Amino acid sequence: MKSLKSPSDLEKLRKDILAKKDPKRLAIAACVSTGCQALGAQKVLEAFDEEIKKQGLEGKVEIKETGCLGFCEKGPRIVIYPEEIYYFQVKASDVPEIVSKTLISNEIVERLLYTDPVTGKKARYLSEVPFYKYQNRLLLESNRKLDPKKIENYLAIGGYAALAKALFQMTPEDVMKEVKDSNLRGRGGGGFPTYRKWESTRNALGEPKYVIVNCDEGDPGAFMNRALMEGNPHSILEGLIIGAYAIGSHEGFIYVRQEYPLAVENMETAIKQAEELGLLGEDILGSGFDFKVKIHRGAGAFVSGESSALMTAIEGKVGEPRPKYVHTSEKGVWDKPSTLNNVETWANIPLIINNGAEWFASIGTAASKGTKIFALAGKVNNTGLVEVPFGVSLRDIIYKIGGGIRNGKKFKGVQTGGPSGGVIPKQHLDSPVDFDELTKLGSMMGSGGMIVMDEDTCMVELARYFVNFLCDESCGKCTPCREGLKQANKILNGIVSGKGTEEDIKKLEKIAEVTSVASLCALGKTSANPLLTTLRYFSDEYEAHIKEKRCPALACKELISYYIDPEKCKACMICHRNCPADAIIGEKMKIHVIDQSKCTKCGTCYDMCPPRFRAVKKVSGEPVPPPIPEEERLIKRAKKEKRD
Amino acid sequence: MYEDRIDKIIDKYETEKGILIQLLLDIQHEFNWIPKEAIKRISERLKIPYSQIFRVASFYTALSLKPIGRHLVRVCVGTACYVRGAPRILDSVENKLGIKSGETTSDGKFSLETVNCLGCCALGPVIEIDRKYFGKLNSAKLEKILSSCN
Repeated sequence: MKSLKSPSDLEKLRKDILAKKDPKRLAIAACVSTGCQALGAQKVLEAFDEEIKKQGLEGKVEIKETGCLGFCEKGPRIVIYPEEIYYFQVKASDVPEIVSKTLISNEIVERLLYTDPVTGKKARYLSEVPFYKYQNRLLLESNRKLDPKKIENYLAIGGYAALAKALFQMTPEDVMKEVKDSNLRGRGGGGFPTYRKWESTRNALGEPKYVIVNCDEGDPGAFMNRALMEGNPHSILEGLIIGAYAIGSHEGFIYVRQEYPLAVENMETAIKQAEELGLLGEDILGSGFDFKVKIHRGAGAFVSGESSALMTAIEGKVGEPRPKYVHTSEKGVWDKPSTLNNVETWANIPLIINNGAEWFASIGTAASKGTKIFALAGKVNNTGLVEVPFGVSLRDIIYKIGGGIRNGKKFKGVQTGGPSGGVIPKQHLDSPVDFDELTKLGSMMGSGGMIVMDEDTCMVELARYFVNFLCDESCGKCTPCREGLKQANKILNGIVSGKGTEEDIKKLEKIAEVTSVASLCALGKTSANPLLTTLRYFSDEYEAHIKEKRCPALACKELISYYIDPEKCKACMICHRNCPADAIIGEKMKIHVIDQSKCTKCGTCYDMCPPRFRAVKKVSGEPVPPPIPEEERLIKRAKKEKRD
Repeated sequence: MYEDRIDKIIDKYETEKGILIQLLLDIQHEFNWIPKEAIKRISERLKIPYSQIFRVASFYTALSLKPIGRHLVRVCVGTACYVRGAPRILDSVENKLGIKSGETTSDGKFSLETVNCLGCCALGPVIEIDRKYFGKLNSAKLEKILSSCN
């Protein structure tokens, strides 16, 4: 394609692309994001290739590879155009039927439609699926319409119109004002007003100025940035260029963690295509504005997502934070003014420029505007990416969209904000979700991870998990974080293994106080959140561990025992065969018994025991029932009579 | 024997500043670890102190200073996978391979690592083998996947 020299060139190209589109053409769009790949999307696509040839449709069906649609639980997912039929959990073996029925005879394969688990109704359209019905997908919506490797697709849905508008109809000051009036706050965790960051870099002395996209997404349990960068890289790029224009920057970085190879690949392609079209580089669209951008891969360190650490990493050094009395917006990469925003923040910019600040500010709550993408995961029925306006309650997200808790279990808590956040219990389920409400509850928004936990998750063990995680990831530069976390980890390890004492809680509170006040960066400062929220909302669980040496969730290895219920055991030998420690005594027709001295409490027998028997039991805080006498272990089954 | 391949990678970055991490990631990608020769060569050619390169290489989890096996098994222990049974998956991988996380089997076939998050949180527990992802795992699936590696 030829380089575009003016906004009218861009509009002309857009018209040409749209004119070539045949709305009636048969097409299959398959999600090929990392999530669906993990469930075998590639095999499904290969099967389509083969089957389309076999059934004589070669050249008549377009196969599109798109980004994440969010409903990862039900992947791999495909859409058949022009009818827009959504099939979920498609396997390669379903493909011949889809081709012969849907593509050739225009019939629907009923079993692949979404079935509502409550009503049993099949959903013909996406809007009938409850998971989507209650969302407001301003950012994620485009993912399903795009092949992220094709800039034409992005242009077809109006891509880069916001950039043209900003460059030709607005001054940098106009753009700044629009962002200010929109009240956009940073989506990376802190919720700092985006405008203030931009302004501070814009006014700071020193050239060059840098703009940076943060796609480090180190929070375990968060993957919205991955989905956006894999599925719609151009929207981020467009936002970044507009921001650079407003700030007066001509150089940018896109920092992506190397654990997201597909995101890196798609962004590389996007940059190349934008450069070829003159949307990036020198004299963008003939406006005289220059901007270039480079990708920097992160090498796997949680602390490097912190702004000053990330900037040090861009310089090629060890990504450790530094004190921030001098803001990175004034002295960042190579001590030059640098604005760092999260992927989702940048992706909102084109929306704000296209639709206006007033429109944006009409969505959300008084202090938190727009939508937010959450990564809903854990023990909830519908896991995936959920985009809702700020102000929706946790209950609506977990029950209406998430479909409630798996396997009919009870809700215990929801963890938001990653390792820096906290656990919110059921009495606060009706709280509206926005930056300030979550902070009030002792947690935080973070980048939007939302992990639902049921009665089987032990809250003390969860706190131990996070403290252990932070302990590993602490860079060690400042003492409160390095030593405080180490001690907290030691105490929590003691509690979960039944060696806790009553002073432990006081000690933990003391450590939490010091790390949150005296640490250098946000990693240490917020490290107390998982600890303090679990202590605040689940103190009974701490007490059970310490005083009764009992784990109420039956999760802490050292505090539980397994046994086989003689009433339920059918002597099927499955647990006996699979026990890695040879701790199960039993034979055919003889009720099995666990040898407690050999048992390593790995839980394999518990998982393997067929659900119709459920003979393996867990107990905590009490001894295992004594095994039944040897003579009663023989099972007498009525023998089938031999037929003559 | 490594030298040509190392030099080729360094050539790509020679004129840019701040490229050390990118360079080391490429070396890691090429060899699956960071050989000593590579650190030495980078130090000589780019005039970066050996100690500084070593510090970066030892700080980041994606960079390995030990050679790793033919197949790299990475078990995700991020929160979402964790509450859905990742510790159990890790236990069974350790049992099956007879090594702990961070180790390599004596025949050099498998290396095992844990990783903080692979970003497939909706599908936990997840593992990655040789850059391929496998979601919604259980013991039976795991067995099949591991035995299909040769």
